[in-house]
Amino acid sequence: MENEINEAHQESKEDSVSKKRKIVVPGEFIVKGEDFLPGDGAKREGDNVIADRYGLAEIAGRMIKVIPLSGAYVPRRGNVVLGRIIDVLFNGWLVDVDSAGNAFLPIDESPRFINRNEMDQFLAIGDVLAAKIWSIKGRGIDLTLKGRGLGKLDGGFVFRINPSRVPRVIGREGSMITLIKEKTGTNITVGQNGWIWIKGDNLDNEIKARNAIEFVADKVHVDGLTDKMEQWFSN
Amino acid sequence: MSSMDTSNLTREKLTAMFNEDKRFDGRKLLDMRDFEVEYGVSNMAEGSARVKMGKTEVIVGIKMGTGEPYPDSQDAGNLMVSGDLLPLASPRFESGPPKFPAIELPRLMDRMIRESGMIDLKKLVIKEGEKVWTVIVDIYPINDDGSLMDAASIGCVAALHNAKFPGLTEDDRADYKNRTDKKLPLSGETMPVSFTFYKLGDNLILNPTREEEEACDTKVTFGISKWNGKYMVNSCQKGEETVFKRAELERIMEILPGKYEDVMKKLKSYIK
Repeated sequence: MENEINEAHQESKEDSVSKKRKIVVPGEFIVKGEDFLPGDGAKREGDNVIADRYGLAEIAGRMIKVIPLSGAYVPRRGNVVLGRIIDVLFNGWLVDVDSAGNAFLPIDESPRFINRNEMDQFLAIGDVLAAKIWSIKGRGIDLTLKGRGLGKLDGGFVFRINPSRVPRVIGREGSMITLIKEKTGTNITVGQNGWIWIKGDNLDNEIKARNAIEFVADKVHVDGLTDKMEQWFSN
Repeated sequence: MSSMDTSNLTREKLTAMFNEDKRFDGRKLLDMRDFEVEYGVSNMAEGSARVKMGKTEVIVGIKMGTGEPYPDSQDAGNLMVSGDLLPLASPRFESGPPKFPAIELPRLMDRMIRESGMIDLKKLVIKEGEKVWTVIVDIYPINDDGSLMDAASIGCVAALHNAKFPGLTEDDRADYKNRTDKKLPLSGETMPVSFTFYKLGDNLILNPTREEEEACDTKVTFGISKWNGKYMVNSCQKGEETVFKRAELERIMEILPGKYEDVMKKLKSYIK
């Protein structure tokens, strides 16, 4: 499942909190002057650039952006997400991916042939799957299962963290998640929507992996988390 | 909200774990979470308490005023329990007219407090048939990570013990500017606490987190207290569709006294 992690990383905007970053709340003044441009999560008000979201304000050259620390999942094309089947339709499945509006997985996007009369043999209501967002149109999100590591999830368990913490959990070039996988010997898939699937050989390791991920997701404002994580495991 | 429903995967996993007497947070099936009580949350209320039980957090406030007694209880004060499931507390709660859980919570707390006889309502009379004290208990969940009912019951008892009467003006109205040190007429021994047992498969669990709560098939809440050295059930309510077997209810009855004593030991250390 390496490819997902690399893809996930392209999305990740934050890894460790540098000293320059400041925590801002919506409406808070970040910087003054016409030279600066407001990016994601920031906006211009008169001469000032102010925050539009709660998060870490980052000044990169002329660009001001706010890396959100909370909030709902905003779907992007190419994201790997985990979802739950909520309905089986005649030409596909309706999937809940924890975003505004439901996602649709057409029957043609499944990796193998599926008899239209036996669709719930492949994915039934309540099943969990890993899928990739293939397109976002005005009406909704379309998913695909064509890709490595995508498909129905069997065994293990799924839990959720705040989607804004996903980049932290993955870490720089997947360092954090690789560490957790190695230390616990489990298989982990992190969806960009904050759903995480863990499967290991035994329950204790699975629980340990979950605790580790929740530990990371909890520590938003900490530098050098990967080192801290190694310490956590040695205790 | 559909995203709140449990996936097949989680339900299967939890069932398998419960069969091994294991939970995600390392507790055994019938272990309670530890709780904390904090007073003085609201300076406008006559009494208030904040209860933290894991990530679950509930604020309970007590307001007292004077009013007329109800026609069927001319010689007793009034007790009102109200609750509001704020959308702040959980993505499951929506604003708008109260739905089933928002009605169930205060009603169960009301029944538990009233039937235990924890408050001697007869001592709340100012002038019989005309003027009595009205005690209003307000329950506000701040964060719901399961077992809201059980945390609220601890909060209600703590807040009632924390409450002090306001003063009384000459025309028998509450004088909130001159607070007194007089406490509510509460029984020293009888303190009701509720315990909600959830069932998944054949396993009974106590004090679930939200994740576990959502996966469970059914639940039953018991409000219990102690009177004259004996345990008594003050309130009882079953939720959801699946049934409880007789043997399971008998087992619950065996578990309850021990759990009650555990909670009481902790709670009494908070009540002065």
